Amino acid sequence: MGESAQDSYQKRWGHLRKVLERQGPFGHPEFEPSPEILEFVMNGCKILVIGAGGLGCELLKDLALMGFKNIHVIDMDTIELSNLNRQFLFRRKDIGMSKAECAAAFINSRVHGCQVTPHYKRIQDFDESFYRQFHVIVCGLDSIVARRWINGMMISMLQYDDGVLDQSSLIPIVDGGTEGFKGNARVIMPGLTACIECTLDLYPPQITYPLCTIANTPRLPEHCIEYVKVVQWPKENPWGSNIDGDDPQHITWIYEKSAERALQFNITGLSYRLVQGVVKNIIPAVASTNAVIAAVCATEVFKLATSCCVPMNNYMVFNDVDGIYSYTYEAEKKSNCLACSQVPQTLEIKDPSKMKLKDLIQVLCESASFQMRNPGLTTYINGKNKTLYMSTIKSIEERTRDNLNKTLTDLGLSDNCEIMVADQTSPNTLILKLKYLIEDVNMD
Amino acid sequence: MSSPAPKSPEQSEKSKKYDRQLRLWGDHGQRFLENSKVCLINATALGTEILKSLVLPGIGSFTIIDGEKVTEEDIGSNFFLDNDSLGNSRAQAATMCLLELNPDVRGDYIDEFPENVMKQNQDFLKGFSVVIATALPEKFLIPLSKQLWDAGIPLFSCKSIGLLGYARLQVNEHTVIEVHPDNDNPDLRLDEPWPALKEHLESFDISKLDKKERSHVPALIILYYFMQKFRNLHDGALPTNRAEKDQLRNMIRACGNEEGLLEENFEEAIHYVNTCLSHSKISSQVQSILDDPKCLNLNQDSAPFWVMVSALRELVQTEGSLPVKGSLPDMAADTNSYITLQQIYQKRFNEQVETVQRRVSEILRNVNQSPDAITEDEIKLFCKHANELYIVRGTCIADEYQSSTLDISMYLDDPDSLMMYYVILRGLDRFLSEFNAYPGQFDDQVEPDVVKLKSTIGKLLAEWGCGQVLRDERVHEVCRYGGAEMHSISAILGGCVAHEVIKLITHQYKPLNNTFIFDAITSNSVTYRL
Ligand SMILES: [Zn+2]
Repeated sequence: MGESAQDSYQKRWGHLRKVLERQGPFGHPEFEPSPEILEFVMNGCKILVIGAGGLGCELLKDLALMGFKNIHVIDMDTIELSNLNRQFLFRRKDIGMSKAECAAAFINSRVHGCQVTPHYKRIQDFDESFYRQFHVIVCGLDSIVARRWINGMMISMLQYDDGVLDQSSLIPIVDGGTEGFKGNARVIMPGLTACIECTLDLYPPQITYPLCTIANTPRLPEHCIEYVKVVQWPKENPWGSNIDGDDPQHITWIYEKSAERALQFNITGLSYRLVQGVVKNIIPAVASTNAVIAAVCATEVFKLATSCCVPMNNYMVFNDVDGIYSYTYEAEKKSNCLACSQVPQTLEIKDPSKMKLKDLIQVLCESASFQMRNPGLTTYINGKNKTLYMSTIKSIEERTRDNLNKTLTDLGLSDNCEIMVADQTSPNTLILKLKYLIEDVNMD
Repeated sequence: MSSPAPKSPEQSEKSKKYDRQLRLWGDHGQRFLENSKVCLINATALGTEILKSLVLPGIGSFTIIDGEKVTEEDIGSNFFLDNDSLGNSRAQAATMCLLELNPDVRGDYIDEFPENVMKQNQDFLKGFSVVIATALPEKFLIPLSKQLWDAGIPLFSCKSIGLLGYARLQVNEHTVIEVHPDNDNPDLRLDEPWPALKEHLESFDISKLDKKERSHVPALIILYYFMQKFRNLHDGALPTNRAEKDQLRNMIRACGNEEGLLEENFEEAIHYVNTCLSHSKISSQVQSILDDPKCLNLNQDSAPFWVMVSALRELVQTEGSLPVKGSLPDMAADTNSYITLQQIYQKRFNEQVETVQRRVSEILRNVNQSPDAITEDEIKLFCKHANELYIVRGTCIADEYQSSTLDISMYLDDPDSLMMYYVILRGLDRFLSEFNAYPGQFDDQVEPDVVKLKSTIGKLLAEWGCGQVLRDERVHEVCRYGGAEMHSISAILGGCVAHEVIKLITHQYKPLNNTFIFDAITSNSVTYRL
């Protein structure tokens, strides 16, 4: 570096240098002020940002201006018009392009020396060896499934020596989420503090309307839309495909059919906007909340990387509907967490001769502690691997479909047997031990 | 098959672009936003972060006043200054970068120090919806505060120092129609039903319904039926305390069907006991607005809000209650029973809106305002949210700064109180005006500045009559920052302040009242009313 370049560097990062090169009473116990810390932030530290949407754009900006130069970003989405009210790295001309690539190019051109590497891919396209290179993972996702998956990945990378966690295998996760004017930010030390699965009950289940209501006694415009979506569309199938919420023709068709139905039942309040909202399950979003939550996350990344302060412990909720409110507390690690506890998981079954496989799958999908999406189940019977059910591969689904209506007893699953459950919510297979509460009585 | 001809309303580009926020503040909120003019004093990182979250959702226009030239340090912390702008006007460079964010927003700048702009043209700030000042020294903030207070223009004063953020809203008077409460109890009027509703409710005898009818009757009708039964047992009184409410619940619960089971709609009726027994009473908050001198003394300059409040007041005087909301929560029932009930509420609402509307027209005529000063949609919205009406009358920053007593002593007894940071930031303000530099700004002055800042703060506390002493470590921490502006802290505060500005412009949601402190060291925040 030339003398003037060195001088300009010293000045440009003067703000950060004050905090990193001076002793502070609130620093982490290990904090030793020195120019080497900024040197590490800039050249040693590698950050992964997952998501280049509302939070992701903010995160990239914030991290770049907090001195981080080596940033990777993953996002499989492309830019849409409705992103532009908050995803400020994108312009109208960028519509249709990769979010990750556009965002990276913008940051790299605006912040001198910053190198954001984009990955126009899914998180599932990468394995442990990719994730292992990072010092901190920051998530700005709108999908719970993706959050759970990355959480599972970080936990599977932990190494234990005689039951003691090898700290060098730990990669902290900083996670943010927003909805309208509410948001949360948290710091997860996988294996040490509460993980995503530990606090799964914080995510509310999606609103669903009972079929009998939407079919027989609709009262709300939402009931009419839902009816068209789940009954009329499959029946009439106007384009011979599934509903594509981004296809205006599809939305228009649903809007018109719903409007007809609403008129028939004297239901008022149906609008095109509402139809879009229900069909696409749209979550309202504004620039300001994303800005706040992403910046809280970036601040925590900075603390983790520099030790200039003790990181947040460990969960912050934010809401600016009525004044500005935030609350920070310690979310508790669940002692039998599915993902991070290393405790074998058991599932209590009342009566295996009555419980059908589909009931078991329903439990896995609906209970607050599992919340799976489309679990695939296999087991070992007499030392042989047997697939009980799998919906994700068509040929296997057809072959195993009949099992759904068989009881656990019929399937030959005995007390204390283990089933292996694979689901999109985790990169790891969950081993579940079935515990029968009553003796498996032979009816013969 | 051929695709059906599109008959649905063609969505405009704008409503597609703003879709995710229109679902929150509506098209009417967006119109307010698009007509607003925001002024930013000093394009610091904090300043541009605030403007960013206002330009994106589409304010009408912004003006930046800033006489500084872009420095290396600015570029290192401010995203809206690019590399090539080094040495150029900061106001201009920031304006250019911010304008790229949204082609619907206009923006201009004045490359001059704010104090000069104010000196040259006293009226310059008139016409702005909100003024935001960042990093403005005390000696300029105080006159600005006075000027805007008198002009009735809201002012935000904000600072981002190290890991601390501070925002203070000064607003003379601000009215809110849509508060968007977190839990909005349904407005059902079962305690005092109007004749049409009463007639409908009393046309049902729950004890005589057959099994199918029972399962289709809306919970409201069930609840009303048992409320009447309860009244018969209690000299016409409704339950007021928990025991009585339980008694009413038990009466409903005891009314199982042939199999002794309770249907979903009966369960819902039990659930409504808690929230829906009395709702006709007017809250003291709304009553005080109805009794406000501004409502009683209307004139040609009265804001639409006060004209509508005045019309509402007359409706309340004749009918004894606020207009009914006109909406029903969903409840288990067959379509017909539900829609019939819904229409009764809706009809009542429409009648009451019409009454208010007639009164509004008369009032406008009487005070010589244009008959289209208030639209029908505005009146509808106003009536729908009549029970949420909210008003803030704030305090003036100049008064706070010039007051000899500041009532903060009670906070300072708690050594962990974030009020300590308020005190330190006020000390920092004074330090800045005395020494023309931030404490700790120069590497070799950190320790001496700690001593100086402590003495400045000590004097301030003594002036305010506070006997407490600040912990040294907090003063030391602030000197460590040396006035550094850390981008992520400015971004946190920027997002917060931007949304507060949107609240002021749209007259939706309750704004900050009035001092917000964010402590990123512990990730905690607090609001004080000063
Ligand atoms: Zn866990």
